Amino acid sequence: MSSALARDLAAIVGERHVSEARAERFTYAMDGLPTHRRVPDLVVLPGTREELIAVVRLLAALGVPFVPRGAGTGLSGGALADQGTVLLVLTRLNRILQIDNANRRAVVEPGVVNAKLGAAAKPHGLQYAPDPSSQTACTVGGNVAENAGGPHCLKYGVTANHVLALEVLLADGSVVELGSPGGEPWGPDLVGLFVGSEGNFGIATKITVRLTPLPRAIRTLLADFTSIRAAGEAVTTIIASGIVPAALEMMDQSCICAVEDSVYAAGYPRDAAAILLAEIDGRNVDGVVAETEAVTEMLRKSGARSVRSAATEVERERLWQGRKKAFGAMGRLSRDLVVQDAVVPRSALPHVLETICTIAQNYGLVVSNVFHAGDGNLHPNISFDATDPALKQRVEAASAEIMQLCIDAGGTITGEHGVGIDKLRYMHLIFDAESLGAMQAVRRVFDPRELVNPGKVVPIHACREWTSIRNAKFGMRNDTTGFNSAFPIPHSAVEVTR
Amino acid sequence: MTILDKVTALLGEGAVLEAAPDRVPRVAPGSPDAVALLLGTAHQEGWRVRIEGAGTWLQSDAPADIALTTRRLDRIPAIEPSDLTATAEAGIGLDQLRQQLADRGAWLAIDPPGLAGRTLGSVVSTATAGPLRHGYGPIKDHLLGVTFVTGDGRMVQSGGRVMKNVAGYDLTRVQAGGFGAFGVIVLVHLRLRTLPRADVTYVLEGAREDLTQVGEDIAAAGLTPAALELVSPALARRERWVLAVRLAGSPALVAADEAGLGAASGGGRFAPLRAEEAHAFWMRLAEGFAVRPVTFRIGGVPTASDELLDLLQHQLGDEWISASPAAGAIRWTGDASIDRLQRLRRTLAGQEVPLTLERAPWPLRGAVGHFGAYREGVGPLVAGLRRTFDPGGALVVATEGT
Repeated sequence: MSSALARDLAAIVGERHVSEARAERFTYAMDGLPTHRRVPDLVVLPGTREELIAVVRLLAALGVPFVPRGAGTGLSGGALADQGTVLLVLTRLNRILQIDNANRRAVVEPGVVNAKLGAAAKPHGLQYAPDPSSQTACTVGGNVAENAGGPHCLKYGVTANHVLALEVLLADGSVVELGSPGGEPWGPDLVGLFVGSEGNFGIATKITVRLTPLPRAIRTLLADFTSIRAAGEAVTTIIASGIVPAALEMMDQSCICAVEDSVYAAGYPRDAAAILLAEIDGRNVDGVVAETEAVTEMLRKSGARSVRSAATEVERERLWQGRKKAFGAMGRLSRDLVVQDAVVPRSALPHVLETICTIAQNYGLVVSNVFHAGDGNLHPNISFDATDPALKQRVEAASAEIMQLCIDAGGTITGEHGVGIDKLRYMHLIFDAESLGAMQAVRRVFDPRELVNPGKVVPIHACREWTSIRNAKFGMRNDTTGFNSAFPIPHSAVEVTR
Repeated sequence: MTILDKVTALLGEGAVLEAAPDRVPRVAPGSPDAVALLLGTAHQEGWRVRIEGAGTWLQSDAPADIALTTRRLDRIPAIEPSDLTATAEAGIGLDQLRQQLADRGAWLAIDPPGLAGRTLGSVVSTATAGPLRHGYGPIKDHLLGVTFVTGDGRMVQSGGRVMKNVAGYDLTRVQAGGFGAFGVIVLVHLRLRTLPRADVTYVLEGAREDLTQVGEDIAAAGLTPAALELVSPALARRERWVLAVRLAGSPALVAADEAGLGAASGGGRFAPLRAEEAHAFWMRLAEGFAVRPVTFRIGGVPTASDELLDLLQHQLGDEWISASPAAGAIRWTGDASIDRLQRLRRTLAGQEVPLTLERAPWPLRGAVGHFGAYREGVGPLVAGLRRTFDPGGALVVATEGT
């Protein structure tokens, strides 16, 4: 990439906000998933909306592809930029522009950290409900791109349920306004289409989100089970009862021990096969108390060895810290970790969890499960050492088998982490060529030249040709060439659908 | 060979129904594949196709060569009560769907306007939510995925059948509220809830401004109603405006909310409705929006609700109105001219409030369009999506107006 471009970009954002040196660029070579690595040619950190627009217009004029990135906590390689591509880091666009207490909404820039929005809303008696585990670092812009979830999305819904309107900078440098402050769309729901498009449709420069009232009562229960199956069946029983807990999270023994061995130790029973964290909240204290009693009874009847209620806020926070920092705690188990993400029907949880154990045993791997049980959203995590090629191959094969298992159970390949580059190889397993072609055609409505975040989400070689799809040049971008990945896209997967 | 001959050869005699009142041949494909076959042929032959469900909501009067009705797509391939999901074909009537779900202890928490037999596809494609939007969100929040057929006969699946799914772009969002401009929905994957064990309705009559205040007090008191709807006297068939509160859920939660309701309204002025009265009340409300010629919805921020109701009253009259003030959603039905609607839409657009025309006779909706007065940059995106999903313009839909 030419240094003339770097100079022109520096003229817009200032020299210190353009990184050309390899050591600086290397900082951005990975996201939260350590199995994919790409070093961007150039990194730019605009500080204002106007700078961002000027940067994108310059890149559009030159036809240079670019990748938007928030805090880099994503788990699908979605915010990686390869050669010939400029990385736009949006963390300096971090202003909360408005909190409208009366209408329960906020307007923020994309680089605002999720937890900081929550903290700003709290004095108004409000909360921003989506709470991904990385919420102390991840940005709202990244949450929008990935349609992020989190433990409390069981009751409150995912990011898509909380975004009302967006100002979006398209790849050609034009600005569009999607949605309205009240949430009613101007025609088709373009806000809903944009949320979760993984940065392939443009960059959200201004985000209007819905805030919800803080609950007046919260009860957090810790139930422990001697079998994963019993814990899974407890989840089904609670959901079928009509009570919607704020969160219903499960951890297996391997994960429990990893947490208890770490600084995040939460007092989980080490000898349990699985624990469930169930949280009941609401605005009506009497209602919460009654529903907590009902859930406690259901947990006991489902075989819980013990059901403990957090007696204090400190204890509640400790229980949650163990859950939210579980991925970090698993860093103790091995050098590398594959954080998987899939969803199955809730009733399939017991069977799927048991089969995942069998798959792990067959491949001689350590798999730890920590996940959003109430949604059926699994996170089987495989600990391994990526410097061992044979082990890496086994991990890849086990991952593929787990994905196929979830698909066969009626599920899908990702519930909240996105496709990025990591799940490209599985897309043809759940979508036919026509549907993938439709997705790519829609992407080109927003970005005809495929300049923004090219090569992600849709495996272009698996698409059936739609009138407006150009797949020759950029089709190569999500092929196996040009990037260093632990999990390249197998050609055989692509050939199947041709 | 006439169009009808070709359709008969394509889909068999059973697919051809009695012509519509405007003599447009009416075709009822019996499967999603048959829909794809029909639309693929229409695209090649240059036929203009209008989409119909049971014919209970949008007027069957768009100029077309054939009317494609989804009424034979009326199967429910899957109800999974333990997962709280279901898959239903687009032509199933909501009344039938509700009954079958209730038999399995499950509930689709939507109560859209229209007659009981209105099809699921009609509700999804027009995104017409009713009072339950207050507690359970808009139509799109109840969708896990859809399968649709494009104007040139391609079958596309989007979303999935599980609670969370971010695999690929969510094309379901384009179809929900797309009014059929981006394809014909043939199959819908739904998110369900457990049939509420307690479900009660209370009503309070009074002056509009007083009831608005009571609604705000209920929200401030921390109650969590399934519906909190402000209904005009003519629509409610009462002397004065009515604030209707529906509480649904577990008996414990409903009992707690009932106790709080009296306090929030200043001493228990709300009158409970018996189960059959409540059913009749909500049915009447839903059906009221299907009998007059024009129905539209607008959506603003909650604090603008009063002002928006005043604006409607001033520009069109406020005889038949229903509003969820806390959700900022208002629905109006009555008679209105093209000119008045266009003027109202422009006025509202200035306040960042979209007006979506839900039903109207063709001359009016053709001129006004379901959507219009877009914000900056939206028009080209909508047009691009239209070209993508209906490249030949086979689907007759009054997408855009002014």
